[in-house]
Amino acid sequence: MTDTTDTGAADGVPHTDTVLPAPVSGATYDEATGTGTERGLIIETSEGAQELFPRKETEADELRREAGAVLRLPEGVVINADDIDIEQSDDETMIINMGPQHPSTHGVLRLMIELDGETVLRTKPVIGYLHTGMEKTAEELTYVQGSTNVTRMDYLSPLHNELVLSLAVEALLGIEMPARSDWIRMLMVELNRVSSHLMWMATNGMDHASTSMMIYGFREREMVLAFFEKTTGLRMNHNFIRPGGTAADLPDGWEDDVTVICDTVLPRLDEYDELLTGQPLFRQRSEGVGNLSAEEALALSLTGPLLRSTGIPWDLRRAMPYLRYDEVEFDVIVGTFGDNFDRYSIRLNEIRESIRIIRQIVEKMPAGDYRVQDKKVTPPPRGRIDESMEALIHHFKVFTEGFRVPEGEVYVATESPRGELGCYLVSDGSPKPFRMHIRGPSFVNLQALPLMMRGGLLADAVVACSSVDPVMGEVDR
Amino acid sequence: MTTATDGDTTSDAPASGGNATRRRLDAAQEVLFPTREQYVEVVAGLRDEGFEMCADLCAVDYLTHPGRSLPDGVAPERFEVVVNLLSLSQVRRVRVRVQVPATDAVLPTLFDLYPGTEAMEREAYDLLGVVFTGHPDMTRILLPEDWEGHPLRKDYGVGRVPVQFKGAPGPR
Repeated sequence: MTDTTDTGAADGVPHTDTVLPAPVSGATYDEATGTGTERGLIIETSEGAQELFPRKETEADELRREAGAVLRLPEGVVINADDIDIEQSDDETMIINMGPQHPSTHGVLRLMIELDGETVLRTKPVIGYLHTGMEKTAEELTYVQGSTNVTRMDYLSPLHNELVLSLAVEALLGIEMPARSDWIRMLMVELNRVSSHLMWMATNGMDHASTSMMIYGFREREMVLAFFEKTTGLRMNHNFIRPGGTAADLPDGWEDDVTVICDTVLPRLDEYDELLTGQPLFRQRSEGVGNLSAEEALALSLTGPLLRSTGIPWDLRRAMPYLRYDEVEFDVIVGTFGDNFDRYSIRLNEIRESIRIIRQIVEKMPAGDYRVQDKKVTPPPRGRIDESMEALIHHFKVFTEGFRVPEGEVYVATESPRGELGCYLVSDGSPKPFRMHIRGPSFVNLQALPLMMRGGLLADAVVACSSVDPVMGEVDR
Repeated sequence: MTTATDGDTTSDAPASGGNATRRRLDAAQEVLFPTREQYVEVVAGLRDEGFEMCADLCAVDYLTHPGRSLPDGVAPERFEVVVNLLSLSQVRRVRVRVQVPATDAVLPTLFDLYPGTEAMEREAYDLLGVVFTGHPDMTRILLPEDWEGHPLRKDYGVGRVPVQFKGAPGPR
């Protein structure tokens, strides 16, 4: 970006949008005065605008939030808007729109950024461009169909979505899972973590203008996706992990495929080290940029690599083990400074840890069923349908009506590549969820952006956004 | 306020890599039922007790399922706001469920206690129409700002309104 210290109108930046229109077509709104009563009227009629208002119109509450003063204050302290450095007048700052169509926003994320020259003052993420009402859709689908729906949320780690829904349904059903299904799920989920982090390495490299990293990341991810295709039939949106187990057993020779993936990806991580980690330019761009402290991360409910980069060793696989994570050895990677470089190294080393877990899974994989042998939950094998009337009936019932889940509600959380992926499931005893809420880690983590970007340069904002690793399918759901 | 504990604690099965099956709810799910007046006070108490993080906040519309099982002393209302708190130091979760009546779907915000609830409360407002008073920016977050209705309410039909964009003539 060129020098933008002039007023917004004269700098020739195509996306410049200095004067925002009134949020709705309310003709009574007076731009010059911006009186409170008029604002109140507009908010009532439009159910609230999502705009970033010019500074003179911004209420103290919002300023307080945008200024990064989001943290809990000691008891009794009231924030005075005058205490926050807002000396810049509207003439010297400009508000630009980044996105929703922008290669660095990793999807349809729109960032409204207020700039003073090249320095970012305020940032407001505007989301919802990919909202497809998946939580509403889930209420219309049976539990059997549910994983087809949730797998499309976080499209970079679809198996994690399927897993969290399945765990929630199984918790309500109270069924006991065979060991092999747990281990198959762990294998798939860890491979998915590898592919998701590789994808992040690729796009993050591109945001640092390292296009070779992009090619390498996609190249390695392709190996994992090829294995997924062999196992599940699809490269993405697998619908493989289902309530009651998995859709199929692992294909013959899966150990060799997985070992080849591990043996190939591991040395290539060392190549990434050479390409990026030790690179002076890369380090200068990422060290000390987008800093977060542990208190800020906790207050903003950040999870995953963002939380761990601040030095808090919180990984649900270790802290609250699900599946069989208490039976494998791995390290929780923790950063120190909470900057972009820490988040980069955490993700890079988490690939190594995942590969370590995968190698243990290959050794420990038990024999047995890949799904629970409960005829009410699991459809019978294809061969049985030709022989047994009961099998045919069960098959028909499972796929038309679905199975009924006892009344109740449960919250289950797993560690996705992006953080705590939770599922709050309410059942009223029918074959469809009464309410299914997915706690998307990227949705919550996006709240850190205004804080991470504040005071940094616009070029660093691109990198900070990348290091949050938002997947808009999951943010908007 | 009423406390209830459900779920199973039978996760302490022998840690073997063999064929042993085991039930998998990892911890007893602890649930609190404060009234609307006690809500902020109870959550503030939990925060001081060591629940450092508000992991999740969502709302549920129980319009078509009024007879759900609640502990004695809790009168069911149409809406329920569910807050999931997480203690990293004690490795513990607690769930706070508040009843919110349909006629006055208003609840005080938790923003001052947990700033991370900012987006979650906006989502609950957007999709279910529960208003959080004191929230710094109580606007829609996922839907366009001129959208009518709150889609996750049970009386909001599915497929009733065709795909709608700003400015396009709608059916209403």
